[in-house]
Amino acid sequence: MPNFLRAPSGAQIALLKAAVFFACLLPALDLALGWRNGTLGANPIETLTRASGEWTLRFLLITLAVSPLRRYSGLHWLLRLRRMLGLFAFTYAAAHFMAYIWLDQFFDWRAIAHDILDRPFIAVGFAAFVLLVPLAATSSKAAIRRLGGRRWQSLHRSVYAIAILAVIHFWWLVKADLLKPFIYALILAVLLGLRAWWRELERRRQLSVPPPAKHLDRPVIRIVQK
Amino acid sequence: MLIRSTSGPADILPSEITSRALFEGRRRFLARSGLGLTAGAALWYGLGGEARAATARLSAAASPLSTDEALTGHEAVTSYNNFYEFGTDKGDPARNAHRMSTRPWTVTVEGLAARPRSFGIDELLKLAPLEERIYRLRCVEGWSMVVPWVGFPLAALLKAVEPLGSAKYVEFLTHYDPEIMLRRPILQWPYGEGLRMDEALHPLTILAVGLYGELLPNQNGAPIRLVVPWKYGFKSAKSITTIRLLERQPATAWRRTAPHEYGFYANVNPDVSHPRWSQATERRIGEIRKRPTLMFNGYAEQVASLYQGMDLRTYY
Ligand code: HEM
Repeated sequence: MPNFLRAPSGAQIALLKAAVFFACLLPALDLALGWRNGTLGANPIETLTRASGEWTLRFLLITLAVSPLRRYSGLHWLLRLRRMLGLFAFTYAAAHFMAYIWLDQFFDWRAIAHDILDRPFIAVGFAAFVLLVPLAATSSKAAIRRLGGRRWQSLHRSVYAIAILAVIHFWWLVKADLLKPFIYALILAVLLGLRAWWRELERRRQLSVPPPAKHLDRPVIRIVQK
Repeated sequence: MLIRSTSGPADILPSEITSRALFEGRRRFLARSGLGLTAGAALWYGLGGEARAATARLSAAASPLSTDEALTGHEAVTSYNNFYEFGTDKGDPARNAHRMSTRPWTVTVEGLAARPRSFGIDELLKLAPLEERIYRLRCVEGWSMVVPWVGFPLAALLKAVEPLGSAKYVEFLTHYDPEIMLRRPILQWPYGEGLRMDEALHPLTILAVGLYGELLPNQNGAPIRLVVPWKYGFKSAKSITTIRLLERQPATAWRRTAPHEYGFYANVNPDVSHPRWSQATERRIGEIRKRPTLMFNGYAEQVASLYQGMDLRTYY
């Protein structure tokens, strides 16, 4: 592996970030051009709603893939892309929501309220979006400092629930062919499964390694197998 | 005025080689004047090979049952389709349906009839005078189109086999060839649909063999499909191979998959919403804002009497 990938300099990281930023904009650019040129098919509003929804889900999963990628590749700087990826997930979600409210329903608030209340797939998508808002709002370094690392972290764990809701949203909106939502569900299951597995590994490690007692301020109970 | 002058076999009369723009102008004129399209017997298909298929024009009379609403563009009508055998994306049928061979083709009419038999496609094309029927098409997913079908009343075919008094329902089975179509059992193949006998005999119910004055493109259900304009689009089975006259209501494809979502009747009804979609409004393809959906898709005057005394919430 080239050295700059192992341990990039600050300037190289900035460059990487810029490249990823523009790459993340490409789907939006593609859709915007398609809209302008009339190449989004016979039902461009549907195309836009669906594409923005699917990209939201993809960005959620990409964001959740950062930790595993970092862990198994040893590329620790990947973590520095995570906030941007998460914010792109939120941006595409907001675009998806706007496509629905503006283009699809044209601010018909009664119809929108009915949709959210009557149609489980919309309710679940709406819940996922609402839960994303506090995460986007607390994505800055200042917010982390304000909340404190631990509280910030437990708040941001809701991204797991959001991703699950997003897959359910997709699963329920499909008429008959569940192949695509199934594939996304599988990817999510792997990403969540890895977390569960890491926890298990951590638990086992804690059991097997005698903790250096002087660092702990409480008595340590150790379970020893016979 | 545009004249397409190159492609096409030499024996096509210049008058037959008509651009779509010209055709539409002519169609509008004829629709207004109430005359039929009479220039030439243009069933080129019956005369020759594949090459003619692309330019084959159908001779069809205008119908008073047509709407005068603006037509949905040919491109949209032939590229935005639900034909799940060829894929579940709206663009899949246009991409994949060319694999289906629609010649030779027979439609077998069987069951409770005095003279059940099979009909070749050429025979069907001549069974009754072809008419142009410009109908609204409303999909259960909340979009709609206006399509200039060419076809003939289903009643003409049914009368030819002389249904028995015991025949109360008509079932339609469609082409399924796993070699060229989806194998995943998304729906139960072959796709099946059904109508009550009075619905099947209704003058609005047609078997379409063409659209925009030409033979049906494969993605629209070539060579012959049902069109029932007051019902959601999924009732209008495509690429039909078998028609059965039955005493009992047949099982139908979408109802088998999700009976709480799709009824047997599936009449367009803005007051009965589908679990996934409100049916109060629809987006006409080509338009941005939604428009209100009409009871029986605007055909209430002709068909409401068929359902007198029925609770349309129960029989959705
Ligand atoms: C995190 C939030 C969300 C995610 C990840 C998400 C994801 C998706 C996905 C993957 C699709 C299907 C795309 C396809 O068919 O290829 C979709 C469609 C859709 N979503 Fe969302 N969505 C979210 C929030 C919302 C919200 C808040 C609403 C509205 C209140 C909404 C309404 C819709 C609608 C109406 C469709 C189109 C259904 C159709 O065309 O049949 N979604 N969304």
